Amino acid sequence: MKKILLTAISVTAFIMLSISGCKPKNAADSISGDAAERVYVAPGKYDELYNFVSGGFSGQVSVYGIPSSRLFRVIPVFSADPESGWGYNEETKPMLNTSHGEVPWDDQHHLDLSQTNGESDGRWLFANANNTPRVARIDLKTFRTSEIIEIPNSAGNHSSPFITENSEYVVAGTRFSVPMDDKNGDVPIDTYKKNFKGTISFISVAPTDGNMKIAFQLLLPGMNFDLSHSGKGPSSGWFFFSTYNSEQAHTLLEVNASKNDKDYILAVNWKKAEEYVKAGKGRKQTVKYAHNKYDDATHSATSEMENEVTVIDVKDFPDIVYMIPCPKSPHGCDVDPSGEYIVGSGKLAALIPVFSFSKIQKAIANKTFDGNYEGIPVLKYESALYGEVKKPGLGPLHTEFDGNGNAYTTFFISSEIVKWNVKDLKILDRHPTYYSPGHLMIPGGDTRKPYGKYLIAYNKITKDRFLPTGPELAQSAQLFDISGDKMKLLYDYPSIGEPHYAQAIPADKIVKNSVKIFKLEANKHPYVTMGEKKSKVVREGNKVHIYMTAMRSHFSPDNIEGIKLGDEVYFHVTNLEQDWDVPHGFAVKGALNAELLIMPGETSTLKWVPLKTGMYPIYCTDFCSALHQEMSGYVRVSPKGSNVPISFSLGKNSAAADSLLKK
Amino acid sequence: MKTLCKILAITALPLLISCNQTRTETETVNGTESSTDAISAGGQENVKDDDSQKDVVKVAVGSPDHTTLVAALKQAELVTSLSNAGPFTVFAPTNEAFNKLPKGTVEGLMKDDKKEDLQNVLQYHVFMSALSPESLTDGQTLGMVNGDNVTVNVKDGVVKLNNSATVITSIRASNGIIYVIDGVLLPPPAK
Repeated sequence: MKKILLTAISVTAFIMLSISGCKPKNAADSISGDAAERVYVAPGKYDELYNFVSGGFSGQVSVYGIPSSRLFRVIPVFSADPESGWGYNEETKPMLNTSHGEVPWDDQHHLDLSQTNGESDGRWLFANANNTPRVARIDLKTFRTSEIIEIPNSAGNHSSPFITENSEYVVAGTRFSVPMDDKNGDVPIDTYKKNFKGTISFISVAPTDGNMKIAFQLLLPGMNFDLSHSGKGPSSGWFFFSTYNSEQAHTLLEVNASKNDKDYILAVNWKKAEEYVKAGKGRKQTVKYAHNKYDDATHSATSEMENEVTVIDVKDFPDIVYMIPCPKSPHGCDVDPSGEYIVGSGKLAALIPVFSFSKIQKAIANKTFDGNYEGIPVLKYESALYGEVKKPGLGPLHTEFDGNGNAYTTFFISSEIVKWNVKDLKILDRHPTYYSPGHLMIPGGDTRKPYGKYLIAYNKITKDRFLPTGPELAQSAQLFDISGDKMKLLYDYPSIGEPHYAQAIPADKIVKNSVKIFKLEANKHPYVTMGEKKSKVVREGNKVHIYMTAMRSHFSPDNIEGIKLGDEVYFHVTNLEQDWDVPHGFAVKGALNAELLIMPGETSTLKWVPLKTGMYPIYCTDFCSALHQEMSGYVRVSPKGSNVPISFSLGKNSAAADSLLKK
Repeated sequence: MKTLCKILAITALPLLISCNQTRTETETVNGTESSTDAISAGGQENVKDDDSQKDVVKVAVGSPDHTTLVAALKQAELVTSLSNAGPFTVFAPTNEAFNKLPKGTVEGLMKDDKKEDLQNVLQYHVFMSALSPESLTDGQTLGMVNGDNVTVNVKDGVVKLNNSATVITSIRASNGIIYVIDGVLLPPPAK
């Protein structure tokens, strides 16, 4: 018996050994044993956090759950979206309008959640459009873009949309300096130094409804404004911007804008600027910019052109703006939770400078200046500097904070994240990322009260991280656990390209406000149909308005005749459902534009100009019910001049149609 | 001793499997376990939603005249299906209608070994598609969910089914329509 027992034990031991032998090697070695458990959210369970991720060149914003890294939604913002009809249906087309006309695709880089007392409050998410400068406000009750405002006197709205501690202002700093909108822009490019200017816009956010307004713009020397972050606590009346190209190069910037040892961090006393504007200072400049708003009651957007902006030339108001020398083309400009430390990441620098807000204040008071840059006082580097993180890595880009006194910086060139202590500037840990991170994000990591716990690196290069999908690969994101002393890699997942900055917030701050349906009785759409019995077809000259309803599982009407070539047909489809997650879709054969996707209680309009006579089926495109496949109908198109009268019906010819036929 | 050996052997077995390139199988096992948990927790009837219009089940649950029907739907395990997107037309007999049945009928159907019979009866009260009152016409045949037909009779504005149960009223629900009826519809005997 003993023998058998021994044999059994030795067999078990052998198996144990062979298990450790079959453990995968290489990359997996850096993954901690409980990683799978840490990211596993059981079926039916919710994630701990919402994660909003900028969509870069896709122009949209994606929403993930953390820690599972599951993608929940892509919110259309600056690009037309064939999933929701954004930019295709008549109601949302105005949202993509600009002073240049409709822009159907932009480049979306940074996000910032609205804040109250320096904490993310979950009301709104702000997003920037980089190419045709705009700022959008997304309502987190509906996860829809509510408002988009264009930024005049700007080009390349990169330094945006960072927000102040109580959401007083969202900023928008220009990446490309250009001649101002009211000046002749038709000048030789090599007159940069003379004619090109930079601006920073302060967009006020109305406390109750979030409505945006360009409160004022600061007129600045021509250079490139890169990133920014608001002050906090003691520094809350200030905003900090990284700048590069103090050389004022306009060609081959990769060489010509990297000559100077130092560029600048711009410190802006926005409270002071606000005072001047309130006192009526500043120049009213004539400009033209679009201001688009989406109204949840009418389910429709409007686009209005605004034509004036207040500009403060900082040369005339020397106590608003100061420049702090910062090594080698700084990129990230990040303020720690205490508001005392400002981290500038010189992307070509071999160190990370950390500036002290109290020292900056002292230097300003004592006028410890080192000359000026086009009239703006330049502080002495040492007079503003708290200290330097020496030899942290190669190519520092962005820094976030964990709320425990630590900073985490991405290094593009050395492809890693480095954890360091803000007080003693000592490096505590480093972890490779796969590969070449750009931004990183710690939930609440740019607020006064970081949630901490997780860190996500948004990598620029993917290569072999996932199954290959041809030349075009999804950018990889990496989730880390930062609750311990050392960073632990938990998960690796694809993103919707290309993520830049991101935000995250505990789920409970958003879940409780999330809208399930739009109340039908509150629908103020001019072409709403409040019930099947009110559905109708109305001809106004060559315009035909179809007041249509959708309800499981039919459209009313679903048989329409009397449409003629040359008509402009508008299907105004009201989804009569008052049930969560029962959208209806709508499509008509040959529509050159798109389809519709209509939420419960909502009205959407598809414009259709038929080009051939014949029979056109319509159908529901969103699987709505067991009889979804039956949810269809026909529209008859007759030649121009035909005497087929307008008629419409559901199930049988309605009385209205019969009477029309008798005529 | 023998038992101890067995235990060791059993312990070793799953370890062997996990080391043996059958990772997918192991994951499937885990997945099944979790989804079983989800299923036992119920379906769409458990969705917390105070904003939407009530579905046919919630309307029935809220009606004091339909406690027998609701109990029967639960016993027949039809609550999850009827909380689905539908669209349904549900003919809903009142408690009084059930009381009109011969004594012991309901009690008999509620027994566990009669579940299939109960399902048959209840599914004979459900039609796929939400029929508006205007669309009910005299002589219309409705193919019910259980596979049998119900005939609609309309005379002087009174709607009857199979010339027996009378429609008392209709109630719109999010996923269909309920017609309250004063009699239980009995499916034709199996052929």
